[in-house]
Amino acid sequence: MSAFLLARLKAARPQLALLILALLVNVIVAPGFLDLRLQDGRLFGGLVDILNRGAPVVLLAVGMAPVIATRGIDLSVGVIMAISGAVAAAGVNAGLAWPAAILASLATGLVCGLWNGLLVAVFRLQPIVATLILMVAGRGIAQLITEGRILTFTEPHLIAIAGSTLATLPLPVVLALAAAGLTGLLVRATALGLFVEAVGTNPRSSRLAGIHTNLVLGAVYVWSGLMAALAGLIAAADIKGADANNAGLWLELDAILAVVIGGTSLYGGRFSIGRSVLGALVLQAMRTAILRAGLPPELNLVLMALVVAAVLTQQSPAFRPLAQSLAGRLMARRKNKEAQA
Amino acid sequence: MGRFMNTRTLPLLATVVVFVLIYAVCAVQYPAMLGLRVIGNLLTDNAFLGILAVGMTVVVVAGGIDLSVGAVMGLTTVALARLIEGAGLPPALAFALVLTGGALFGAGIGAAIHVLKAPAFIVTLTAMFLARGCALLISTDSIPIHDAGYDALAGAALALPGGGRLTLVAGIMLLTFLAGGVLLHGTRFGARVFALGGNAHFAQLMGIDTRSTTILVHAFCSLMAALAGIVFSLYTRSGYALTGTGVELDAIAAVVIGGTLLTGGVGGVAGSFIGVLIQGLILTWITFDGTLSSWWTKIAIGALLFAFIAVQRLILVASARYGRSGAGPAAPSPSTRSRPSPSAAAPSAP
Repeated sequence: MSAFLLARLKAARPQLALLILALLVNVIVAPGFLDLRLQDGRLFGGLVDILNRGAPVVLLAVGMAPVIATRGIDLSVGVIMAISGAVAAAGVNAGLAWPAAILASLATGLVCGLWNGLLVAVFRLQPIVATLILMVAGRGIAQLITEGRILTFTEPHLIAIAGSTLATLPLPVVLALAAAGLTGLLVRATALGLFVEAVGTNPRSSRLAGIHTNLVLGAVYVWSGLMAALAGLIAAADIKGADANNAGLWLELDAILAVVIGGTSLYGGRFSIGRSVLGALVLQAMRTAILRAGLPPELNLVLMALVVAAVLTQQSPAFRPLAQSLAGRLMARRKNKEAQA
Repeated sequence: MGRFMNTRTLPLLATVVVFVLIYAVCAVQYPAMLGLRVIGNLLTDNAFLGILAVGMTVVVVAGGIDLSVGAVMGLTTVALARLIEGAGLPPALAFALVLTGGALFGAGIGAAIHVLKAPAFIVTLTAMFLARGCALLISTDSIPIHDAGYDALAGAALALPGGGRLTLVAGIMLLTFLAGGVLLHGTRFGARVFALGGNAHFAQLMGIDTRSTTILVHAFCSLMAALAGIVFSLYTRSGYALTGTGVELDAIAAVVIGGTLLTGGVGGVAGSFIGVLIQGLILTWITFDGTLSSWWTKIAIGALLFAFIAVQRLILVASARYGRSGAGPAAPSPSTRSRPSPSAAAPSAP
């Protein structure tokens, strides 16, 4: 088991290095960043902050990684966040009990995911087009539910999703890590992950090999919708209201970037839940560092673009031979020096 | 299935029918919408979207997609405001600068897509962040433009009978569509774009320089985005970094509603023009109605988008079956249902 973990950590070296780099910048700009203190049974500190703020994007990335592994993309997750938050808020305001409101909200995410999955798997639309439809129409649907206002709510249980503590950690952190763990277990402890990668690598041959490709394709979008609904619940609970205009706005892009930084190929195939989570945390750590340094938060967009450009360059087939020949030359030079010495 | 009902003409025909239907409903309910005044406003209000749609059509026909156009438009408006208000440049020079900058930015996108072999979708997403971030770093506030010549340009219009006005920006939009049509359907470059979008691998085998075509296609699209930024800043007489947030989706929707296939290789700017007008009409109708919120526009456009994509899909499936029924078995085998995946070289979205 430890060998397994070690292999995983080794595979995640670039992501870990990026995360450590981002955390290091945090430490430089805010010296007390790594301090952790326990107060009223809850941990406080910079690291907990990053986990807490990053929880929604972690959830989205956990749902997005399998989708991208099937050579797909889900552009609608930000919108699903807005819709699920609106459903929960409208639910409790209409007198629904809080468990029912949460279930309704998660069910909404499920239905949205099912819609995307249906379009991709059965109608065979390009994923970017299929999910674009919900992305365009979804904010309107959320507005329809909230009637164009920010629906505030006072239901304590619903607010507790973002405000309470479990095992000294904020609940969103626990939820995000649990969802990541469950997804990781689902795809790696069973053959599901292999199915997903097979469908992404070659849909035709995986179908011929007996994989129910439509089911796999549909399932990844449903899972992504479910994760997005959970993220939407957290976002709504965080501001004690459902904001149809701004909830989850552009977070689909963050999620995609997190998965890309996590090393998942956009051409399908190989994917990793753990590394995608690290990717999401890298983005959050960067954002926090910029805020703490007092730099304009807009700089974050430029930095994100540069990080993704670097990752894309590193992943590109054109770069690999160049890097290999460079590494080879370096090795040869070192050997020469050793021989001379 | 006559010769007129193929993948090329049927979606365009459907678009025209939908446009006429919506227009008829509008005209019956609000006769004022028939007037040239409303039509002139429709063209002026949607001028920037139309110009973006021309660039987007070319990229989509080439089998790509560009998510950065809204951000490039925003960057253009801010850069213009800074150059004219801050640096005191004459508007003409500022226009030339931002247009050159836009074209170079797009060329960079195209080069990155070709060299990195990365999906156009993710490269343009990165470009979107870069452009939006740069725009916000220039200024987070809206900068008004007070130049007298600018005001004259913004106010310039051709009087139409019935109190309507064909403004300069609307005229630029119409000319852009004309130019885009000539470029796509009347030049060698246009033929290369169609070939690249049809099948990048075959295009390469036919001796088409896919690198220069990809670069030029994206340079053209970003050039159009910069032009849309100029038009928008004339329209609002200011520059603001968050201009055009999400407008790339409207442009893509217009292109799809206009009958251009998102798989590339089929389409044209005429349909996109009608796609833009349909979106504008829906918004105008909702404004006339007065009781509906503007977010109904989003739902309506989403529904239209779905309807058109579904129709395109049905036509493709039907034509595939129709074409095969003579030679092969009538029952659709799994292989006929799945489209051949684009080769790794295709700069298409994943």
